[in-house]
Amino acid sequence: MNNTSAVTMPPAFNVARVRADFPILGLTVAGKPLVYLDNAASSQMPQPVIDRLVRYQSTEHANIHRAVHYLSETATAAYEAARTRLQRFINAREAREVIFTSGTTEGINLVAHGWGRQNIRAGDEIILTVLEHHSNIVPWQMLALEKGAILRVVPINDAGELLVDEYEALFNERTRLVSVGHVSNALGSINPVKQMIAFAHARGVPVLVDGAQAAPHLAVDVQDLDCDFYAFSGHKMCGPTGIGVLYGRAALLEAMQPFKGGGDMIHTVTFEKTTYAPIPNKFEAGTPPIAAAIGLGAAVDYLSSIGMPAIAAHEHELLRYATEHLSALPGVRLMGTAKDKAAVLSFAVQGIHPHDMGTLLNQEGVAVRTGHHCAQPLMVRLGVVATSRASFAFYNTLADVDALVAGIRSVQKVFA
Amino acid sequence: MSADPKALYQEVILDHNRKPRNYGELDHPSHHAEGVNPLCGDHIHVALDLKGDSVERIAFHGESCAICKASASMMTVAVKGKSAIEAKTLIHEFVDMATGRIAAKDSPHIGRLAVFSGISELPMRVKCAILPWHTLQAAFNAEPSASTEAEADPMHTPLGDA
Repeated sequence: MNNTSAVTMPPAFNVARVRADFPILGLTVAGKPLVYLDNAASSQMPQPVIDRLVRYQSTEHANIHRAVHYLSETATAAYEAARTRLQRFINAREAREVIFTSGTTEGINLVAHGWGRQNIRAGDEIILTVLEHHSNIVPWQMLALEKGAILRVVPINDAGELLVDEYEALFNERTRLVSVGHVSNALGSINPVKQMIAFAHARGVPVLVDGAQAAPHLAVDVQDLDCDFYAFSGHKMCGPTGIGVLYGRAALLEAMQPFKGGGDMIHTVTFEKTTYAPIPNKFEAGTPPIAAAIGLGAAVDYLSSIGMPAIAAHEHELLRYATEHLSALPGVRLMGTAKDKAAVLSFAVQGIHPHDMGTLLNQEGVAVRTGHHCAQPLMVRLGVVATSRASFAFYNTLADVDALVAGIRSVQKVFA
Repeated sequence: MSADPKALYQEVILDHNRKPRNYGELDHPSHHAEGVNPLCGDHIHVALDLKGDSVERIAFHGESCAICKASASMMTVAVKGKSAIEAKTLIHEFVDMATGRIAAKDSPHIGRLAVFSGISELPMRVKCAILPWHTLQAAFNAEPSASTEAEADPMHTPLGDA
């Protein structure tokens, strides 16, 4: 790759070698080398994951958990092995605490339906934060409307940090659940979820963590966090789309109602009554995305082979470098400057709407996201309708940051 | 016009973005509508006064990207003084051109608005260009709001007299 020369990383992390695993990073866009900075929306897929998907589709594919023939047994073993890989990746106690979902959104909806409809009553309160993605707002709003419950929202300071004192002050005898993002997709703020969980648990309140933006970037240990639920998506962590995980504490999952009914989640069915399969199958009705689950297993193997601490360290360096260089650009305002932050830069450029910025940066080969990032309440809090967002992954380089900075300068010239 | 965004962001569009014409609010307009692109946050108001059948006054304001703002600005210039039927014809010509259904050269009334013809090659930005026109259509239809999304889009309804 010709745009990695500026990188000076510790020898343990060789970004050029990592980039060679991602065929898509060799593309050119508008005649320029692709600089992919939309990783918070979806990350790219390395060759080992692509190869695993090809191997599955070429030599292993069949439906799972049903037939007794060779291919079904092979596919079933690969699917369940993927579950075990995910269990290890997040340090769940047991593989049956790992539910395959279609992604974070479905994981949260599963809890809203399976746990919420059983446990939330009129007047009960659910605590969210102003940083949440719509996926961690709308399911609770729907539940609240159905049950007559109330959403309470933790505010942030101007740096984009949760006000923990305000969070604690929201608790009362009607508080039934906390649902909080681990990392803000729009600002990159890393929330103090371990501290928040301890506070909630001391009051007997369970906590769901939306880990969509954390699992690809930080070492996640659900036992250390002591969370009750943890939801994340495969496609943001080098895996396929259409697959994700909901971790749930086994006792909670066992007590919950199924979210969807149908094949593979039953124990026995008569027209009078159905009894449900044990977890995790109780929550995996129908034929799951088998290839995607196996691909996600390969993705977490790949991430683990690099090492989440090494990934976090490299991304931290990218964040430091990008923050320094974007802050120095005249007319550029960074939004979200939390002390504890993942490698996400949301920014506004004076006199240039984010959509114009996005279209013109694309012409420089630089892919950023522009818009409200499915976090409209947060945009209201920030006083903007949209931002431009550069979000980094471990395969990005300091040269990518340089290309972004040069791109912004070039767009500013168009609007000068 | 090519798909090169820099060609799209040519001086006439940048000029209307910097100095939008007919920008502001009208006192007691006869027609008014609010337009939103929910997926990107563009949000504009279009107000007009018909005198007889003629668009005597027209104004817009709101928050949007350069493409949307320039489109709104040029739209107000283009329809001012025209009859409602002529304005509605132009709405359809503009939307057809912006969505690539017809070429600018085949749009008899499009004139300087042809600077937007390249937008059809940037599908994610087409809605930015056509939002003001959908909003004007909603105003003519006496609908309070317009959106470029599904049923809320007044362009989905038959025009009748256009």
